[in-house]
Amino acid sequence: MNIFLQYTLLIYFLPLIAFGIQIFVGKRLPRQGDWVSIGAVLATLVLSIALFAGMLLDYNPTFKQNFSFTWLETANFKISMGFLVDNITIIMLLVVAIISSASHIYSLKYMEGDSRYSQYYAYLSLFTFSMNGIVLANSMMLLYMSWELVGLSSYLLIGFWFEKDSASNAGKKAFLTNRVGDIGFFIGIMSLFTAIGSFSYSDIFAGVAAGKITGTLLTLAGIGLFMGAVGKSAQFPLHIWLPDAMEGPTPVSALIHAATMVAAGVFMMVRVFPILSPDVLIIVAYIGGFTAFFAATIAITRTDIKQVLAYSTLSQLGYMIMAIGTGAYTVAFFHLAIHAMFKANLFYGAGSVIHGMHHALHKLGDHKTDAQDMRNMGGLKSKMPVTYWAMVISSLAISGVPLFSGFLSKDAILAGTLALVNRTGSHHLLLFFGFGAALITAFYMFRMIFLTFHNKPNKPKIFEHMKESPTAMLIPLVVLSTLSIFIFYTLPNVNPLSGQGWFTHLVAQHESLVPGNLNPSVYAIEESIHHSHFPAMITSLIVAGLGLLLAWLMYFKKLISAEVWTKRLRPLYTLSFNRYYIDELYDKIIYQPFLKIADWVAYLDWDVYDKYFINGFGRVTEWFAKVVGIADYDGLDQGIVDGFGRSTQRLGNSLKKIQTGKIQNYVLYAAFAIVILLILQML
Amino acid sequence: MNILQVYLTLAAVLFSLGIFAVITRRNAIAVLMGIELILNAANLNFIAFARFGGMNFSGHIFALFVIVLAAAEAAVALAIIINLYQNFQSINVDEAQQLKQ
Amino acid sequence: MTNIVFWFFVIMTITAALMVVLSKNLIYAAIALLVTFLGVAAMYVFLWADFIAGTQVMIYIGGILILLLFGIMLTHKITSVRISHTNVQRGVGALIVAAIFVGLVWMINFTPWLKVTTQEPLQTVHSIGTLLMTDFLLPFEVASVLLLGALIGAAVLARKET
Repeated sequence: MNIFLQYTLLIYFLPLIAFGIQIFVGKRLPRQGDWVSIGAVLATLVLSIALFAGMLLDYNPTFKQNFSFTWLETANFKISMGFLVDNITIIMLLVVAIISSASHIYSLKYMEGDSRYSQYYAYLSLFTFSMNGIVLANSMMLLYMSWELVGLSSYLLIGFWFEKDSASNAGKKAFLTNRVGDIGFFIGIMSLFTAIGSFSYSDIFAGVAAGKITGTLLTLAGIGLFMGAVGKSAQFPLHIWLPDAMEGPTPVSALIHAATMVAAGVFMMVRVFPILSPDVLIIVAYIGGFTAFFAATIAITRTDIKQVLAYSTLSQLGYMIMAIGTGAYTVAFFHLAIHAMFKANLFYGAGSVIHGMHHALHKLGDHKTDAQDMRNMGGLKSKMPVTYWAMVISSLAISGVPLFSGFLSKDAILAGTLALVNRTGSHHLLLFFGFGAALITAFYMFRMIFLTFHNKPNKPKIFEHMKESPTAMLIPLVVLSTLSIFIFYTLPNVNPLSGQGWFTHLVAQHESLVPGNLNPSVYAIEESIHHSHFPAMITSLIVAGLGLLLAWLMYFKKLISAEVWTKRLRPLYTLSFNRYYIDELYDKIIYQPFLKIADWVAYLDWDVYDKYFINGFGRVTEWFAKVVGIADYDGLDQGIVDGFGRSTQRLGNSLKKIQTGKIQNYVLYAAFAIVILLILQML
Repeated sequence: MNILQVYLTLAAVLFSLGIFAVITRRNAIAVLMGIELILNAANLNFIAFARFGGMNFSGHIFALFVIVLAAAEAAVALAIIINLYQNFQSINVDEAQQLKQ
Repeated sequence: MTNIVFWFFVIMTITAALMVVLSKNLIYAAIALLVTFLGVAAMYVFLWADFIAGTQVMIYIGGILILLLFGIMLTHKITSVRISHTNVQRGVGALIVAAIFVGLVWMINFTPWLKVTTQEPLQTVHSIGTLLMTDFLLPFEVASVLLLGALIGAAVLARKET
């Protein structure tokens, strides 16, 4: 068997086996079986690293392996499933494996003593399995199945503490919101299937290139696929579920709702990029850009540490989507990988802080104070040095400071946006979104850092009981912080200001397959990005520095009073604080009318249909049954059935007389019969 | 008289009387006598047909067998009658009517 | 002369048969049966069946009739004055029997009987013996087994149960 197939099969199925073991016998295993899941995920990590090393040694940008088997065959069509292994797959596998392993290890301490410990690990394994399915899929079919599976595991993990209403509601919200996107996704897949007759990427690409699906239909299919991404990657207007999803355990937030699952939408868009028509790309760019900016503005006013990170995730995902829209889709994937590392790290840091807060509050016997509220923290730097440094490194990365990984990808995205503007001479709004979001990101990230770790402790009592988290939780922090350094992404180049390296070499941009050369060629895109690179870098450095400075002045030096500016910008603050009333808006324009319709339908169903039609039908039936009963009992039973019996009885009684038991009577009858026969003979 | 019909008519008379005895007689032995009459009527027919059918001896053979059967039948029937008498103290056939149950 | 003898035997047979059927005394009936058998034997003689006639006399009169008389005596107290004189369903029986008789006579007279004229054989015993030992050997042997069975069966049935 092909070595790649062996590896991918192992990577794909090991977590599933772990899930099976955990869900059925996990509770009875020693340590509740956490070693099963951890073993499985570490095995996938080792295998992913092996694949990755192989890829680096091979250093072939066009490497591609496709394994396919027939899953379903009918007279009219054939559906095959299988794995597609190329450089993107291998990189993504490694990202998933790293973050997933980190989460598994981190959870050892974070989830210690939870009543459903083994279930938690089972769900984590299920998620890893499903996520690998998305990454490995070579067809829309397997992609969609895995897509729904990650939705399910996400639901299970968000609502893991379902005793809390907010957690179970958040789970439902995430699931249902995702459904809205998935409907579009499904429509997109099916319209491609209808036109081309296959689910596999290669067939779809070939079909699009051959012009089997063009024009409006192709655009609609692209929008459908993008709707899936909007749902999964929490883009505006379906972003509402992600902040609520923070109700789940923090390692889950890090793994699923920051690094991997939410990136699935971006990953899918990267996969299908060659078939997206120009109209779709513009929509994608604007949605992404708007989400990036819009989420960043909300993040400013969050006080919950995880909420800040949640909105920052939204914002960064918006960046990736915008990058796809501008045509620089390899950059989007670049940012995906880099973002996964530092965002997971940020979440683990936040988790570490929350874990410490919980312990401190537990010791104080305080169950009212919010362990996630930054206003209850402050000055934690001295107590949690490892956590602090990890978070600072990640914040520097996300803010786009040179020497850190985030700078490379963010700069590339902004360069791509600037290139688009330069190429087309319009879409200046995207530039505003991009650079504005970069400024705000630097600001709110350091606002978080300063509020949490610097200055005097806001609650000295709690502060006293704070201490650094256990080693199992610090290992992922250290590893991921290391991975936030630029050098891992630019080797063999060591220029901190340029993203050129193994990644850009191995992940080559594909030409658009949309017929008619509607999209610019790869050469045109790369050329324009090349020209835009320098101004974009300068601008992004300036805005990042500006944001950082603002945060420093406002929350560290307190030279600018946050309260005063809050009052001055009251309307803006209120909007941001209330998340632009999006949830309330949905409540008003979707939920309430829907509930009203439901009420009305219920009235129709219950009071009208049931009462008059169903019950009426019942009454008619009852009456009919009575009539039939009379006919049956008095007529049929008494008359025909019993009558038949009675007549038989009467006949029997009369015939009984013939049977006297006297042989001579019988002989007489026989003789009589002979007479009759004779008479008949004579006639 | 060498006419077939005469013998056949005589046989018919014997047969009818035998049937009449079987139907009307209450005494089992009398019934048995009726049966002997019937058998004799049959034998007479056999011999008559043999005589007028080209002197075929098969008819004679049949008559012989009928006589043998009559002897066996008489022996068994009388045994049954004696048994019946022992059980019912009577040999009236209409009193042995347990078939009616 | 032959005719007179023939009709005499015919009338004798019918009269005796009537007595068998109608006689109230069983002993009389038995004696009348004897006469009937004799008459039938005479008919056999007229039908050139001398061997069968002899057999008839020997077995019926010498065997069966004696058996019947024994039966009567064993089942009735010999001293009783009236031995069976009650009959049943006489009217309807007579009617039906009469109907059967009429039917038979009608049939006898209206059937076109096959008639083959033959010579009277010199002897019948030889032919019957040959047939019994050739064509009818199996029935002959079976008849002997039947007689044996009847013998044993009669003995078993007639025994008093102990």
